[in-house]
Amino acid sequence: MTNCDQQIIATASSTATDLSWAAGREPQTTVKPMIEMKAVRSVVLTNPQGLHLRPAELFVKRATQFQSKIEIIKENLRVDGKSILNIITLVATEGTPLVLEATGPDAESAIEALAELIERNFAENETTEEQG
Amino acid sequence: MKFSDFISSEAIKADLHADSKEDVIREMTAALLEAGKIPPEEQESIVKAIMKREELGSTGIGRGVAVPHTKHPSVQRLVGTVAVSGEGIDFNSLDGEKVQLFFLLISPPDRPGDHLRALENISRQLRDDTFCKFLKQAKTAGDIRQLLEEADNNQFVS
Repeated sequence: MTNCDQQIIATASSTATDLSWAAGREPQTTVKPMIEMKAVRSVVLTNPQGLHLRPAELFVKRATQFQSKIEIIKENLRVDGKSILNIITLVATEGTPLVLEATGPDAESAIEALAELIERNFAENETTEEQG
Repeated sequence: MKFSDFISSEAIKADLHADSKEDVIREMTAALLEAGKIPPEEQESIVKAIMKREELGSTGIGRGVAVPHTKHPSVQRLVGTVAVSGEGIDFNSLDGEKVQLFFLLISPPDRPGDHLRALENISRQLRDDTFCKFLKQAKTAGDIRQLLEEADNNQFVS
């Protein structure tokens, strides 16, 4: 179900301060090089009930295991993938195409894990389907 | 979807007497029963179904908000109500905080889209701190009705 348009963007800078401004954050005082990884993946939601509360909770649980910032994009909506309240506002029904985007040191493994969760229909917990 | 599309105005409760999860659900379904939204003989079955869903994981989703819900064949359309607890009730929330705002939803089994749209409306409105705060401070069902109406008129969401 996943399109193979994953992209990895890595940028490195010799001074963290420069990059932190570029990323819109407060300048940091550390001098070690900072690496900003970004991974993007398109997925299609196949859960017949859509992205309701329980799958949103499972998604957030998995997303928060990673340091990277996680975002879910549906058309022109972009929400924090670590917030149930935000995910719910997507109204992602069955068949909805979504884009997952991770930014941070473990972006690639985060995207891998989260795309798999959606592809497996949140199947960690088989009983969720019936009870919403 | 707006609050007025699924919240039964007559079943809104401002000061919950309940002090446990099951009692909250019982009190809210009783209000729906009194409002004529669910059949009397189904109340117990609905309470059990909602509690069963809670066992999978609390619907206390943080920010002092819980959305206890179930699908149930006894309703033909999405039925919901709101209740507020001034002191807050232990609901095993995901963030461990007590819950003050309850949105209880009962959906027909074949309408998952309506359930999602109701959840969207609730979460979108509750992202507004002012709305959230005012709702928690509501003292009467009339206060809650007015706040929901204002939210429906987009007075909180920018």
